[in-house]
Amino acid sequence: MEDAPSIEGNPEGPTAPQMGGGALGDRVYRWVTTLCALLVPALLIYIGITVFVAGWPAFQKAGTSFFTSSRWDPVNGIFGAAPAIYGTLVSSAIALVIATPLAVGAAVFLAELAPRWLRQPVSFLIDLLAAIPSVVYGLWGIFVLAPLMRSMVAPFLKHTLHLGDLPFFSGPVYGPGMLTAGVILAIMILPYISAVTREVLMAVPRSQREAALALGATRWEMIRDAVIPGARSGIVGGIVLGLGRALGETMAVTMVIGNTPKISASLFSTGYTMASIIANEFNEAVSADHQAALMAVGASLLVIALIVNVIARWLVARVGASAS
Amino acid sequence: MMRRKIANVVMLALMWLAAAIVLLPLFAILARLVMQGWSSLNLDFFTKEPLSPGSTGGGMANSIVGSLILLFIASLSGLPVGIGAGIYLAEHRTAPVAKLVRFLADVLNGLPSIVIGIFAWEMLVKPVHHFSALSGGIALGVMMIPLTARTTEEMIRTVPTSLREAALALGYTNWRTSLAIVARTALPGIVTGALVALARVAGETAPLLFTALGNNFWSVSPTQPIDALPLRLFLYATSPYDDWNRQAWAASIVLIALVLLISIAARIAARPRFGKAVD
Amino acid sequence: MANVVLSATGLNAYFGAVHAVRDASIEFREREVTAIIGPSGCGKSTLLRCLNRMHETVPGGRVTGRVEFHGQDLYGPDVNPIEVRRHIGMVFQRPTPFPTLSIRDNVAAGLRAMRRADRPPRADVDRIVERSLQDAALWDEVKDRLRTGAIGLSGGQQQRLCIARALATSPSVLLLDEPTASLDPISTQKVEELVYDLRQHFTVVIVTHNMQQAARVSDRTAFMLNGELVEVAPTNKLFTTPSDPRTEAYVTGRFG
Repeated sequence: MEDAPSIEGNPEGPTAPQMGGGALGDRVYRWVTTLCALLVPALLIYIGITVFVAGWPAFQKAGTSFFTSSRWDPVNGIFGAAPAIYGTLVSSAIALVIATPLAVGAAVFLAELAPRWLRQPVSFLIDLLAAIPSVVYGLWGIFVLAPLMRSMVAPFLKHTLHLGDLPFFSGPVYGPGMLTAGVILAIMILPYISAVTREVLMAVPRSQREAALALGATRWEMIRDAVIPGARSGIVGGIVLGLGRALGETMAVTMVIGNTPKISASLFSTGYTMASIIANEFNEAVSADHQAALMAVGASLLVIALIVNVIARWLVARVGASAS
Repeated sequence: MMRRKIANVVMLALMWLAAAIVLLPLFAILARLVMQGWSSLNLDFFTKEPLSPGSTGGGMANSIVGSLILLFIASLSGLPVGIGAGIYLAEHRTAPVAKLVRFLADVLNGLPSIVIGIFAWEMLVKPVHHFSALSGGIALGVMMIPLTARTTEEMIRTVPTSLREAALALGYTNWRTSLAIVARTALPGIVTGALVALARVAGETAPLLFTALGNNFWSVSPTQPIDALPLRLFLYATSPYDDWNRQAWAASIVLIALVLLISIAARIAARPRFGKAVD
Repeated sequence: MANVVLSATGLNAYFGAVHAVRDASIEFREREVTAIIGPSGCGKSTLLRCLNRMHETVPGGRVTGRVEFHGQDLYGPDVNPIEVRRHIGMVFQRPTPFPTLSIRDNVAAGLRAMRRADRPPRADVDRIVERSLQDAALWDEVKDRLRTGAIGLSGGQQQRLCIARALATSPSVLLLDEPTASLDPISTQKVEELVYDLRQHFTVVIVTHNMQQAARVSDRTAFMLNGELVEVAPTNKLFTTPSDPRTEAYVTGRFG
């Protein structure tokens, strides 16, 4: 129902005939629902302002070196967030590199290839990945994935594939570290990318597929030339949405990244992310400076997440608009 | 032609493979959970409190109850606002404000939970110098708002306009039409949306780290720090004690069971039930 | 001549910029059935919806002119549209039973919307439900399952249930917007018989695209074309000796 101002008569008119009176309930109701709706932007702004104000002293004190300095030293009150920013970007990038082909492949499988009987259970199981809490991924990361990285993955990369001389794969392997965090993140964002991709693929009109097949295209050529192009910006939107998840993911990363504020080319080395530095240090931050620095990290993370989310929504919305 | 055929077979095989690889970690994780955690799931786990670090035994009764209390507070604080906002969005579909709110709800939904955590700390913990169940529950509640709002909107939109008109034509006021007829008809869907939102925050840890904090003892007071299953799981997983590690696996099983239970309830609620008389 | 219960004078209705009803003036007399006919899109439903202030609930819906109900202007400044709708009942094209309510509660739904002072005492509700269902010729079919859901009824039964629901609040005027459009022939016949009988107690306005139906059930018929009210006359006269050539063209089937 749209706002139709004329729907309410003037309540309590001076003569108050038999058909006048009471639209108070409607007015109250409209106010209450409007208030609820406005609370959403209000909350977002409130969160932004609160975190920014709390972090402002750190920005002010460190200036641009807050973002460029790689020295994070709470004991001496020096706060450079570069290692955390680097860790966030690198672990998310690893996650995207691993997750994107798998998630898109699985989505294409579900949307185009899977036999009917397999479609439901497989998409249910992939969705189930999203239902597993972050801490549980962390637990599994500590006790299964990290040892596996040390005992199998690292030796395979270093010795079997002879990649040990590359800077990314040089240095000692502890188990926990950037690559481990990236792999965990990849598993965690798979269901999100896959779900969005599946949806936009389904939105591609049937006629386009049939046209391609009628022209003699193979199944794969149809997918490549008729289905994927129509869904491209939606797929990119799904990937960016996954990126948003990865950037902000906290617990699992905190549990497997090693939590050391350093920048190292090696993906086997330990690191920090913006989310994990907050999770790991906030309760121990007794000095006001340290607290403000962590708040500033939170504010920066908020801005990055905001931008990434806006881009993702815009991309996905574009597909929805062109499909309908 | 041969090359095209080979490319076709290879690429299609890769898609199948991708789906299989995606499912691999799921089975790996679930298998490990059951293997490592099952043996620790005994009566003590559900009835006892944690023991001091290093000693064997004890349970997570207080964490389980704490989680339920936090989810209760979250529902109480998040659902009314979320549902109210959803009703607004459904009833003012094309209004510019609605478009903005819809968009920002999606943005709020994508905000990192740790940011919600430090926000809740700054607003609800710092001023009173006191960690509390209330602050943790509200942090979770904030996370429930955008999701509830969007699902409520979708569900209300499925109610045909003719039903709304029928109520108005009977002399129903707008608010009664909206609540007693439209929202009532969409209720199963709204409940489903609420439960989905609840399932989503049930496993959250980050917003609780600096708000509910955790508690080794029984507490049901909203103004005191309270334990939660994910918090306890985190503590035990990162501890050096074997018995705690074992209990962390058991806690994972319980936590996933809790999330799935809420999700299943959501599916049951989604089933339409017609013809139930109310009065 | 019977009393005029409801009348429109210089009525205009708009959907945004679209002028759907143009300067219509018409009287509805007590205990008569007035049919409004015309090709689809001619504005007949819109005219009907202006009579109980439903038109303005549509986005962009706007009304000018007067509608008098027992001499009171329904679009006057201190008239509450909610009250208007309580006195002028309406039934729509498609049956609209409330899916969450039982048959009994559907019929009683309008009573619950009434102001506390006007609301009948609880003890009377079952009696009113029975009377309304009897008036709607549905009682015998549903009396044994009043507490079950209304969704279980057939389309024709659902439509009669909606009529019963509209009758329960004892409105003095009943507006029917193509009430048989979605019904099978047998249900249509039942509803038509019902409309014919309703004139004993109610003033009825029925919109229909079916001329035979108008001829069967109404005392007077109005013909609309392109938003304009072309002619209003006793049904017999309008169908046999219309005074406007456009009416004649329509009723003899030369267009529409």
